[in-house]
Amino acid sequence: MGESILYLIFVLGMLGSATAAIFVRTPIHSLLLLIMTYFNTAGLFLVWGAEFLAMALLIIYIGAVAVLFLFVVMMLDIDQRKTKFKFSRYTGFSCVLALIMFVELVIIVLPWKTWEKAIDVIALPIPEMLTNANAIGNCLYTQYFYIFQLSGLIFLIAMVGAILLTKRERHSIKQNTKQQISGKPSETLEMVKVPFHEGIDI
Amino acid sequence: MSHLLVLIPSIYLFCLGLFGIYHRKHNLILVLLSIEIMLLGINVNFVGFSCLLKDLDGQIFSFFILATSAAEIAIGLALIVLYYRSRGSIYLDTMNQIKE
Repeated sequence: MGESILYLIFVLGMLGSATAAIFVRTPIHSLLLLIMTYFNTAGLFLVWGAEFLAMALLIIYIGAVAVLFLFVVMMLDIDQRKTKFKFSRYTGFSCVLALIMFVELVIIVLPWKTWEKAIDVIALPIPEMLTNANAIGNCLYTQYFYIFQLSGLIFLIAMVGAILLTKRERHSIKQNTKQQISGKPSETLEMVKVPFHEGIDI
Repeated sequence: MSHLLVLIPSIYLFCLGLFGIYHRKHNLILVLLSIEIMLLGINVNFVGFSCLLKDLDGQIFSFFILATSAAEIAIGLALIVLYYRSRGSIYLDTMNQIKE
């Protein structure tokens, strides 16, 4: 009973804030509503018993992705004012497209009964005695180890790509590597004999 | 718990993102945001069925989707910053140099 009440709260919060994020007119409000959507989805995952993914969603999406979005919105000097809702031909087109997609999927899903038989063919049954993070780690580091490493590689490529794309050459403080390497100690250093108890004048 | 309780919110989020891509096309950042909402719908679907069938595979697949979408957003935002630097705006309506 309590679980279904929590489910209702989180699902309604998720759908409501996602809808508002699409329809609100300022980009910054739209991003803050997206963060609200992520919070509600993390709660929904907790209700469904996926604690690890709920926390990963909080850390990755709210901690990294949403902040990256906010950073870009604030850094770019774009028009932050409310844009007037214009009913262009694309608005009608997108309404029709999304509605057709929604109705089609609902029509497919409503009489769908195959999932009840899928219980017989599950690949990785959730272990009873382990916590969620423990169970995920057990198969992520054994069965899915290479795919896990590949996702790390994807992150590396994304990081290198993002840095290379946005890097700017600054000519004013450019260092001359050749001059640095070919320099000799005698050009910059001077060896001085210091007399005892007298010191030197600089 | 019925499968519809998982599928209907997931389908709704997916179609909402699809709608948002065309609806918010005057701002490139919001198009990326709509793609994020679509990916969230897919994740909800995977995790919900993982709970429904007591199968851990859905959560692992959802984890990989999370990783890939984070990388995709990093690249996408870098491209937006690059485009803004060369053109001074990120409006999709003005991206038609090849046509002119």
